[in-house]
Amino acid sequence: MFVRLSAAMAALSILGSAALAQGAKPTDPQIAHIAYTAGVIDIAAAKQAIEKAGNKDVKTFAQDMVRDHEAVNKQALDLVKKLKVTPEDNDTSKTLSKQATEKLAELAKLKGAEYDKAYVANEVAYHKAVNGALETQLIPSASNAELKSLLQTGLKIFQGHQQHAEQVAAKLK
Amino acid sequence: MRPGRCLPVLTILLFGAMEVPAQAATIQITATDLVFAPAEVSAKVGDTIEWINKDMFAHNATARNGDFDVNMPPKKTVTSVLKKAGTVEYYCRYHPNMKAVLTVTP
Repeated sequence: MFVRLSAAMAALSILGSAALAQGAKPTDPQIAHIAYTAGVIDIAAAKQAIEKAGNKDVKTFAQDMVRDHEAVNKQALDLVKKLKVTPEDNDTSKTLSKQATEKLAELAKLKGAEYDKAYVANEVAYHKAVNGALETQLIPSASNAELKSLLQTGLKIFQGHQQHAEQVAAKLK
Repeated sequence: MRPGRCLPVLTILLFGAMEVPAQAATIQITATDLVFAPAEVSAKVGDTIEWINKDMFAHNATARNGDFDVNMPPKKTVTSVLKKAGTVEYYCRYHPNMKAVLTVTP
């Protein structure tokens, strides 16, 4: 768990260290791709949870994740269309997707209360990592004002998700 | 009296009658950037609340005491009429950080 967790954090900081090394910032098409990918990952995890979770609060939380992340991603698609920007795949997106696939497979093996706890713990960690990346890397690097504003809205709602996940986690103990 | 004269009279009577419940006010409560505003609202039984959701996210206004549960679809306005007096704390079930208070007097 903790290995995976730090791996996820590392994936999100790849962009940071690479950018620092080259003195370059991620471009808007890359930022859009990373943000969209991060949303897709959480939606996939939530859909698994809606099927597998036994606890009512966990299931409800997962439904909240699908609803909100789909809303943000729809907005992101509308924006890139409007700006005529094609999201650009990149190493951060690839690492994120790869680790998410592994995590999903790992969670798939768990059952009952064990699954519920692991899913919610991962949601806390994942939102923390994504929020950190948004705050320190993606938002400061975004040059388009509308993209920046969407990322800021995303950060605000994902901070709420993190707190919500923490509350659900505390109740499971 | 010619029949044609009746219509204006009837219209006046009709609107006159409607003015009694029309004393009820319409009050707006907005959800913007995951915040209910104003956070505290006073209203009377019979008043209409216009729940305006300016966010891209679905919200709801759920009274903790069960008095009301209003769905607020993204970028939409819905209305509800206040039926019961009391100080009601409400929140969004989807985003529990969104909390506010509605005080309803008889």
